[in-house]
Amino acid sequence: MSLDKDTVRRIATLARIRVDEDALEPLAGELNNILGWVEQLNEVDTEGVPSMTSVVETEPFKRSDTVDDGGKAEQVLANAPEEAEQFFVVPKVVE
Amino acid sequence: MAALTDLTLAQARDGLAAGEFTSVELTEAHIAATEAVRDLNCYILETPEAAREMAQAADDRRVRGEGGSLNGLPIAIKDLFCTTGVQSTAGSHILEGFVPPYESTVTRQLWDAGAVMLGKTNLDEFAMGSSNMTSYFGPVMNPWQRAGDAAAKLVPGGSSGGSAAIVAARGALASTGTDTGGSIRQPGSFCGIVGMKPTYGRCSRWGIIAFASSLDQAGPLTRTVEDAAIMLGVMAGHDPKDSTSVNVPVPDYEAALGTGVKGLRIGVPKECRLEGTPAEIEGLWQQGIEWLKAAGAEIVDISLPHTKYALPAYYIVAPAEASSNLARYDGVRYGLRVDGDSPQEMYENTRGEGFGAEVKRRVLIGTYVLSAGYYDAYYLQAQKVRTRIGQDFHEAWEKVDAILTPTTPSAAFAQGEKMDDPIAMYLNDVLTVPASMAGLPAISVPAGLSGDGLPLGLHVIGRPFDESTVFKVGHAIEEAANFTATPQLMAGGR
Repeated sequence: MSLDKDTVRRIATLARIRVDEDALEPLAGELNNILGWVEQLNEVDTEGVPSMTSVVETEPFKRSDTVDDGGKAEQVLANAPEEAEQFFVVPKVVE
Repeated sequence: MAALTDLTLAQARDGLAAGEFTSVELTEAHIAATEAVRDLNCYILETPEAAREMAQAADDRRVRGEGGSLNGLPIAIKDLFCTTGVQSTAGSHILEGFVPPYESTVTRQLWDAGAVMLGKTNLDEFAMGSSNMTSYFGPVMNPWQRAGDAAAKLVPGGSSGGSAAIVAARGALASTGTDTGGSIRQPGSFCGIVGMKPTYGRCSRWGIIAFASSLDQAGPLTRTVEDAAIMLGVMAGHDPKDSTSVNVPVPDYEAALGTGVKGLRIGVPKECRLEGTPAEIEGLWQQGIEWLKAAGAEIVDISLPHTKYALPAYYIVAPAEASSNLARYDGVRYGLRVDGDSPQEMYENTRGEGFGAEVKRRVLIGTYVLSAGYYDAYYLQAQKVRTRIGQDFHEAWEKVDAILTPTTPSAAFAQGEKMDDPIAMYLNDVLTVPASMAGLPAISVPAGLSGDGLPLGLHVIGRPFDESTVFKVGHAIEEAANFTATPQLMAGGR
């Protein structure tokens, strides 16, 4: 599998990262190098091997489902680039 | 008496307890040391005023007969830990100016024990790197220099580069780091200090800016194994706010140190004899084997057949998790915003400008391997290989109690080296990543010098939640190595 310019453009859109048109080609090269290198994983026989879902074997703990925090709108908004009347402000969503 | 900045954490603790000096004096000495080594760029933010207040409060507590196990001890915090009212950036432009209204659990526990914060240390952006070169706030210089070559600025390793360099340079008694694939142990090795990554789940990840959630763990960087044991004892523990933090008792790590390695079985994996490893690294490894043998341990040859696949599997799993974790940086709720005509454009502009090249590269890789049609081929296969890596260790634990390898395949390299080849940079972590992938505790202990006079570390891996044995073996290496060399660029001079 090899990435071309169009695929990189598509991934960048999925990742919501602006990539300038002239940066796509070099980026495709870098990503292909990395993906080419990880191809060696196909050498490993993983027939019947489960995928790892938990790093260490432990008993998950449960906690009661109760509200124990909240009412901190001011703190939540304190780092917002733009806010108004206790809302985050974003560019217009609906035309 | 030795300079206050030359004391170990344990010595400083005992000196405070004996009334030989106050925390204010100890802290002032470290603030002065921080200024003396400021050119190393260890800190993104120094917090001397907060440090003075915390030191005074610690002295006041002591007068009242109060105070926890770290009362009055000045330490540095990797700028990946959120700290209330103090800027926390993850080394990224996208979080510049972000001031958390909450405290990470690990730092909360350190302050509750009485520790004093000197500042927030520099790191690779979002902890992605092995050189500290990807920080938006500039590179960190290693306080060590190659013999006869003061001109070459060396990297401190990464991602906890600032945390390692400031402790090596005697600017802090200890520091916190985080380790995803080697980010505590590799900089520990490069800077000639001790770096400990505990078992996944040992320390709460709550309030630590996430990189790869199934791999990230907090741990200490210190100048001695004993100091690492003291620090981890405070940092560790169950936290209901992190569902992956494990509810098992934290042993007395300090008590484990003195018990010796007699009768312990130490595994030496043949797969870690990498092609192209410098002879001096092989030599140091052999020396470590001899030291442990002399201390009464039994050396056992073992096999970890999937070792070579750990690094490529890591470079699928970690970017995949990163692409998901870093989705939150969208310019809406905190951090940088770069305007656009639509929300979509605003997200893209913000992330395009806010993330550096390596972070973008990893987010794009992660997005790709998780995207429709490629998930099975890449991500699922990597997670299966990860199971295989875990099984290798599981089988090894039937024969041995701990595993010994070198920490890194080389000593510290110069700033700018390996920058144009991401894979060459990734290979720094080839010996540390397997333990990360299996969630195992591991320590790097300074054990010798390269031909160029640079520090080299030995690496001890243990069973899950058996940090005590890791500390014990690390301590035996430390005693045998008697590593007393000091870096050229340290506070107070060599």
